[in-house]
Amino acid sequence: MNIYLNGKSEAFPESAVLMNIIKSKKLSPDTIIVEINGKILKKNEYRLIPIRENDKIEILRFVGGG
Amino acid sequence: MSDKLKIGNKYITNRLITGSGKYSINSIIPDIVNASGCEVVTVALRRVDFDFKDNNILKHIPKNIQLLPNTSGARNADEAVRIAELSRTFGCGDWIKIEVINDNKYLLPDGYETVKATEILANRGFTVLPYINPDLIIARDLVNAGAAAVMPLAAPIGTNKGLMTEGLIEILIDEIPLPIIVDAGIGKPSDACKVMEMGAAACLLNTAIASAKNPVLMAKAFFRAIKAGREAYLAGLGKTSDYAKASSPLTGFLYNS
Repeated sequence: MNIYLNGKSEAFPESAVLMNIIKSKKLSPDTIIVEINGKILKKNEYRLIPIRENDKIEILRFVGGG
Repeated sequence: MSDKLKIGNKYITNRLITGSGKYSINSIIPDIVNASGCEVVTVALRRVDFDFKDNNILKHIPKNIQLLPNTSGARNADEAVRIAELSRTFGCGDWIKIEVINDNKYLLPDGYETVKATEILANRGFTVLPYINPDLIIARDLVNAGAAAVMPLAAPIGTNKGLMTEGLIEILIDEIPLPIIVDAGIGKPSDACKVMEMGAAACLLNTAIASAKNPVLMAKAFFRAIKAGREAYLAGLGKTSDYAKASSPLTGFLYNS
């Protein structure tokens, strides 16, 4: 299925859950913030949330800033 | 004598807040924090760059530091609110620096949208530190909106131009019943010292330290300058005079007049 990840279109298996995406990008869940279709997720939801066609996912983290 | 600064429900001792951007390597940040003695560090929120996954700034910021996420990138109040809520989800506390900027040349903030975002977020329990032009009317609106401090710029972000807005900052210090934290444009430790002598509550610096030839030594210099300025303010500066006033007695000279 096709989803939008950080603004870009990407394909993932139909049965994917959010944690699959996080692991595929080799990210540590403790270092990121995730929003799906405008909804901010709690970290304990990462394993539970299924991904659907055309979902808009934002994976964010803190960076240096003033 | 305790001279702590209260921001929201927290007290800080060191009146230097540092940014975490623009360093040539992020691994210098612990040394910057140590040299500056700062207790608060700003960070920004961005999409993860999947090609550069190791860019996790938090691993370089000591755990006892109060994080101050900014809403940089926000072009209006709604975007600032969204960034604030995302930041709070991370679990680093409820402090937020409102930065709403539409102007890409001078990076001057939008005061109207900043007030809107401040009111929304203050009502949601955030400790809001809004970044503004030194505008008394906007600052009064921010007081009413529930801001925890007001952060006027000294000069445009990243310019190191120093106190371009000195007179306007003085007005805010005199009129606004909130901590005035001068943010942006300070270039030299003497600028920061002057700001503190004027009665500002604190300074927020990033470029002035990060762009120095020796950022760690510069961080130490700013720490000392801010401390000196604050102590001068507390000591009470002597009055200025248009005419000379002798420092030595005007009697007992070694000659007959």
